[in-house]
Amino acid sequence: MARYGPNEHDVLIVGGGGAGLRAAIAVAETNPELSIAVVSKVYPMRSHTVSAEGGSAAVIKDNDSFDDHAYDTISGGDWLCDQDAVEAFVKEAPKELLQLEHWGCPWSREEDGSIAVRSFGGMTNKRTWFAADKTGFHLLHTMFQTTMKYDPIQRYDEYYVTRLLVDNGRCQGVVAIELATGKIEAIAARSVIMCTGGCGRIFPFTTNGNIKTGDGMAFAYREGVPLKDMEFVQYHPTGLPFTGILITEAARAEGGHLLNKDGYRYLQDYDLGEPKPEPIHRSMELGPRDRLSQAFEKEEEKGRTIEGPYGSYIHLDIQHLGEEIIDRKLPFVRELCLKYENIDPVKEMIPVRPVVHYMMGGIDTDIHGATKLDGLYAAGETACVSINGANRLGSNSLTELLVFGARAGQAAAEFASEQKPFSSALEALATDESRRIEKGFFSENGSNPESIASIRQEMYQAMEKGVGIYRSEDSLERSQEKIQELQERLMNVSIEDHSYTFNTELVAALELSNMLDISEAIIQSALQRTESRGSHQRVNYPDRDDEHFLAHSMAYKSEVGPPKIEYQPVTITRWPPGERVYGH
Amino acid sequence: MAKTDDINTSTNPRYQRYRPERYSPRMSIFWWVHKKPFVKFIVRELTSLFVAAYAVLLIFQVRALSQGAEAWEALVAWFSTPFSIGLHVIIFLFVVFHAITWFNLAPTAMVLRIGKKRIPGGVIITINFLMWIALSLAIATLILAR
Amino acid sequence: METTITLEVQRYLPEKDTEPYFQEYKVPLRKKWVVLDALNYIKDNIDGTLSYRWSCRMGVCGSCGMMVNDKPVLTCATFLEECLPGPIRVAPLSYFDVIRDLVVNTDGFMDKLKRVKPWLITDQVKPVPEGEYRQTPEQKAEYDQYSMCINCMLCYAACPVAGLEPEFVGPAAIALAQRYNYDSRDEGRKQRNEELLGEGGIYSCTLVGECSEVCPKAVDPAGAIQRYKVSGAAEWWKSVVVPWGDT
Repeated sequence: MARYGPNEHDVLIVGGGGAGLRAAIAVAETNPELSIAVVSKVYPMRSHTVSAEGGSAAVIKDNDSFDDHAYDTISGGDWLCDQDAVEAFVKEAPKELLQLEHWGCPWSREEDGSIAVRSFGGMTNKRTWFAADKTGFHLLHTMFQTTMKYDPIQRYDEYYVTRLLVDNGRCQGVVAIELATGKIEAIAARSVIMCTGGCGRIFPFTTNGNIKTGDGMAFAYREGVPLKDMEFVQYHPTGLPFTGILITEAARAEGGHLLNKDGYRYLQDYDLGEPKPEPIHRSMELGPRDRLSQAFEKEEEKGRTIEGPYGSYIHLDIQHLGEEIIDRKLPFVRELCLKYENIDPVKEMIPVRPVVHYMMGGIDTDIHGATKLDGLYAAGETACVSINGANRLGSNSLTELLVFGARAGQAAAEFASEQKPFSSALEALATDESRRIEKGFFSENGSNPESIASIRQEMYQAMEKGVGIYRSEDSLERSQEKIQELQERLMNVSIEDHSYTFNTELVAALELSNMLDISEAIIQSALQRTESRGSHQRVNYPDRDDEHFLAHSMAYKSEVGPPKIEYQPVTITRWPPGERVYGH
Repeated sequence: MAKTDDINTSTNPRYQRYRPERYSPRMSIFWWVHKKPFVKFIVRELTSLFVAAYAVLLIFQVRALSQGAEAWEALVAWFSTPFSIGLHVIIFLFVVFHAITWFNLAPTAMVLRIGKKRIPGGVIITINFLMWIALSLAIATLILAR
Repeated sequence: METTITLEVQRYLPEKDTEPYFQEYKVPLRKKWVVLDALNYIKDNIDGTLSYRWSCRMGVCGSCGMMVNDKPVLTCATFLEECLPGPIRVAPLSYFDVIRDLVVNTDGFMDKLKRVKPWLITDQVKPVPEGEYRQTPEQKAEYDQYSMCINCMLCYAACPVAGLEPEFVGPAAIALAQRYNYDSRDEGRKQRNEELLGEGGIYSCTLVGECSEVCPKAVDPAGAIQRYKVSGAAEWWKSVVVPWGDT
């Protein structure tokens, strides 16, 4: 068997968040003989899974059913979900969450010691497992700690991947920079799984951490893999103004109310049901995220929101829950409000506004996490299977990264077990890449005074204006031109930092180029979808158009100019497209 | 890979590309001087020397006892000198400080529960101090009553 | 004109410097800004070469721990206004080797985490279809506090023992061991004892107590270590008194 060199593995996983770690364990358990690399630009426990709060959905109680979970997911996604994928997802969900319990995840419990579940937005029944309101944190740390017991899992911590190694139509590894030393090296692998998360950082106001720059999406996209349904960007209805820190949906699920400037539960005006003191499933504050964020925009237009120094906001009121429930079920909400807003939700209302939270779209994969490129797999927020359709249901994302992380891990392990030999061209590809980076960034050749920060700032503006909650043709087109201009300007930027040691400016430049590539896919997909569905709302096309758009947008990278958009039919099994009804 | 860099020129010959020199901060022996909690910690640790000093004095007393009345009287005479009294006062103060700091740390090591409720640290500390006072009083009565 | 505040930031570039030095930057003093916002302002507007780690900006990823005015803190949770009038001294976490500027080498810490076997150890593997282990809220409360550690390493930067004795496994790792030891589902205490009752283990701790003072998540590693000492000592006595018994 052709050996490539010291950095050779069977399965290589890019990203050490929830999906990546779950995939790594799945590979180790599928075939203990395989060598596994987890390549991550941050230490795995820093990955953004850590910030997920509310919980993870899976059917466990007797009054709930797989069909209910599937229907909630599909109607929540405005019928753009692939229903075969959803059915597999809801069936495997409880197994995955139980597995996590067996690995030690501190799920919150009922008095008798069984798993406790809570309500969440857009759901018929209580089915969200939670670890207080730090579910993502516990899930990530539990999995990270568990991976330590698997010897075949070798970590490349703080390695920044710059591209995929593709030859003979097969993905065979990556090129990465070891941040501590600046060394650029190839890491070969028989299969590669992208678990790099979303790209909320292309927007100025987001719940996402600094690392969520859509790297994996961009790498796959550049190798000809389509990005699917990229126009669907989820705005979470409740983020803290200025910081964009997420206040979990669980705050509303436990009984919190959304109030406009008159103290009025305004959601009743947006076809979301009648206000009742107690939370009602699929009604009012427990409606789906897209509808709630859209209601905010309308409310703002009517001048019924509150003006603040960091944009207008409304109030989330949880005072009536009382200190005991807040401390037991929403301790992080209280901690965050006290720290960052200097208010105590036990006796004050929380200012909130919609904030970019999640990408429904991503690297197109099948139900096993396989992409159209041989040897390349994807899972988690970076992938689009699609179970999220046009709007993801709250608490489905953590479950998704487990279910499809495991699936992708198994599939990639099987593919790697075939032990196909590596191409001889990998070395040359890696050398080219290191030359590109060294020449482009480490040497002091350019004299362009432009900074990365200014280009990034203009990208923020373009994305916020063009691809907000409501989108117009005009604003989308202008944003598209802007992004193209920025791409050209980025080519001529020279960075100040020429050191090989932990060069964060270089990483920022590479991330920015990834974000710009993804931005063009988002804008073009949004431009061509002339209908309104889920989180994608076009001002001149307010209705859903199943005749033309009951289909996934597939954005293919072009040599020059905006991407080519094709459409792929949605898989419908048992739930024909219907009206989304909430509050009745 | 082509060697194109001009960074590791002679400005710092010990530096090799890809193998950066890390800076290892050194701790001086006076690391504890500039921070209040560290000073307090060192003083607390030093108090054990004074506890040991008491133990040594006790050994001297035992030895004097075994050597008979004359030796004992001599020791008692020395105990009555101003130097010895001063020494005892200093030792006593440090031993009291030692006891107080350790009692205050007790809840850190002890998690006690009544039913489902964890006993708060303050209660554990208070109980410790009350027991200390009670024992001291008992011993004092025992000695002074003679 | 906007009021400003001065930051004195420790710089160290191994290519050029033999010793770290402090560099001054003036940044706007804004009401809601944390120290991390000021660093980002410097990076974006004044000096692109400044290196540091950060991500979530909500105090849970654990990346942005630094010494601010000689105290280990999360820079995303330390407001500029808490540091008035300035200047604010920002340095890498104490006792760690510095890779560059504010970036420290954390490899040793990662190894220590692994040393305590931080995963659920059971004598027998329970098949998933059998459902969950029952664990009452009271049982969960036993280890809850110790499960809150975000691995920010502030406790290591506060612990002189960790500085003087690099082999010391340290506060966060021991708290993590206790997180599993006190979990009703776990049966791995004995295996962890092997690592923690020996050299560089719990008895290296002299109870300075600063680890718990600086912990941003109230994990109380000092408490975790002292409890370990008590149970370790109890087990030792038991093995002396009842040498044939299974401790």
